Amino acid sequence: MIGAPDMAFPKLNAAAFWLVPVFAVLLMASFFVPGGPAQAGWWSYPPVSIQNPLGHFFNGQQLWLLAVALSGISSIFGAINFVTTIIRMRAPGMGFFKMPLYCWTAWGAQTIQLIGLPALTGGAIMLLFDLSFGTSFFKPEGGGDPVLYQHFFWFYSHPAVYVMVLPVFGIFSEVFTCYSRKPLFGYKFVALASFGIVFLSLIVWAHHMFYTGTPNWMRILFMFTTMTIAVPTGVKVFAWVATLWRGKLRLTTPMLFCLGGLVNFIFAGITGVMLGTVPIDIHVGNTYFVVAHFHYVIFNAIVLGVFAAVYHWFPKFTGHMYYEGLGKLHFALTFIGCTLNWLPLHWAGLLGMPRRVASYDPEFAIWNVIASVGAFLLGVAAIPFILNMVSSWARGPKAPPNPWGAIGLEWLLPSPPPAENFEDDVPTVLNNPYGYGLDQPQVADEAFYVRRAQEA
Amino acid sequence: MTSSDPSVQLDHTPGHIKHDGHNLTGFVIFLCSESIIFLAFFAGFSLFKLTSPEWLPAGVDGLEVKMPLINTIVLVSSSFVAYFAERYLHKGNLWGFRIVWFITMLMGAYFVYGQYVEWSSLKFGLDSGVFGGTFYLLTGFHGLHVITGIGLMGLMLFHSFRPGNYEKGDMGVTSVSLFWHFVDVIWIILFFLIYVWQRY
Repeated sequence: MIGAPDMAFPKLNAAAFWLVPVFAVLLMASFFVPGGPAQAGWWSYPPVSIQNPLGHFFNGQQLWLLAVALSGISSIFGAINFVTTIIRMRAPGMGFFKMPLYCWTAWGAQTIQLIGLPALTGGAIMLLFDLSFGTSFFKPEGGGDPVLYQHFFWFYSHPAVYVMVLPVFGIFSEVFTCYSRKPLFGYKFVALASFGIVFLSLIVWAHHMFYTGTPNWMRILFMFTTMTIAVPTGVKVFAWVATLWRGKLRLTTPMLFCLGGLVNFIFAGITGVMLGTVPIDIHVGNTYFVVAHFHYVIFNAIVLGVFAAVYHWFPKFTGHMYYEGLGKLHFALTFIGCTLNWLPLHWAGLLGMPRRVASYDPEFAIWNVIASVGAFLLGVAAIPFILNMVSSWARGPKAPPNPWGAIGLEWLLPSPPPAENFEDDVPTVLNNPYGYGLDQPQVADEAFYVRRAQEA
Repeated sequence: MTSSDPSVQLDHTPGHIKHDGHNLTGFVIFLCSESIIFLAFFAGFSLFKLTSPEWLPAGVDGLEVKMPLINTIVLVSSSFVAYFAERYLHKGNLWGFRIVWFITMLMGAYFVYGQYVEWSSLKFGLDSGVFGGTFYLLTGFHGLHVITGIGLMGLMLFHSFRPGNYEKGDMGVTSVSLFWHFVDVIWIILFFLIYVWQRY
């Protein structure tokens, strides 16, 4: 997308990747140590997480913390690599405001990793010391403060959601423009809004702690910052809607997935503003309302966006076209399934069904039955997807270099692209990649690259 | 950095010839990220100091400042010495670089030794409440960085004997010296937090 032959640090890239099996083994090993694996949930709040009833020095919680620290290091390696590549290795002429939005959002997401992860790692180190070396950072009896851990934890773990959602905003921007044949509305604002989200995401964390004894001024402050994050996201949503408005829509599979994802994202944004409000949050905190909101973002918006990206770039990755009919079936099943799965749980939550329980009161049964039907439907939706991916990759029709008539450096290469992309012959960029219908070339001498890709 | 002016030449294609610029950018990004861990620890320390009902453990009435002050002076001046070593390298005076660079390493080693002497004279341990915990966590984590810095400087010194080591630039030395300044600045903040603040 930016015309680079490779990442800035290919070896660091490999190191970051191969750390994954290392910490995976470490994490899995925690099932086989005496006392079993970590039992403090993904929050790992003290005091639950610093119990060590059997008294073994090596215990599941400790291995869990080590695995978290290692995965943090791996992600920081990756983030350094992405940011350096984006800053230094763009094609000639590609100023920041001629960059594809996917790169803007990836840049923003990796910036969050660079700022947030070290704080989490610092908290994890302190927790590890409390657990294994007798310090009392989070133990009130030694003068420590368990709430401090929550601050460290949420300082990363709330922005972590933005790490996941930002690249999907990039995918939306690429797909909506391509399939509605219109330039992106307000390109510069959409690009800058990414960093608006990065900045605001770092000052909203305490909204996860409204009911854990935070002082009132802190609640009000973080309610305010949480709500302002709706502004840059709103900028993006309105820009996409304005892009779609009166466009020449083609309802291909990636476009359908993005439209579905956008609708769900708007819904999730509205429940997000509700949850950011202190009185509502204290009422519905730790109920299924929170669970439903979270999954509306993570699955119904992000995973749908990722599916869109898989279909949109599938011909480019593999050199084969996928089967449109199976793709549309996959979309229909996924959209119905995810709506049935998560929409009813909002009501269950508002009625007061607590989360993290093994069983529930009979009055919540109807909502849970609907959710289960939706979950099974999602499982069924995986069948056309896997079938489509495997069979199209194996023997789908051969993909031309640019099957969608899309603008962007990657579409000027044959499908699949050669190992080092443009190698010696990087095109000079003249315009941003959203000039649909404007009759302006994205790069100098575009005809040459188009012809070369077709001949390859 | 890619310029938005199309006529400016790239420094990375064809092939991957000039990597020095990338490395330095990547290293600066790494240092910024690393500083957040220290910021997290500083924040934890300040919060405990302000809110903890029992700050000093029983039998301890503060920290000795004289020895750490000498240590601070040595570490801060070693940053300037490292700068002079870099200047020698830029002028092409290899032996000047090696000697001054080695002096920087010695000063760093003296700092670690000073830390060791101070640690072994203290009457409290890692488990002496939040005071002991934060003290050893901050100084220990910083000490690890100093030791890493000395190790990296040793590596750069070793590399300087390889023929043609600086033909492709001296990014390694620049980065290590940047790292050393970073460790130094962290120490100054740490010194004020732990040693100076205790009097007030």
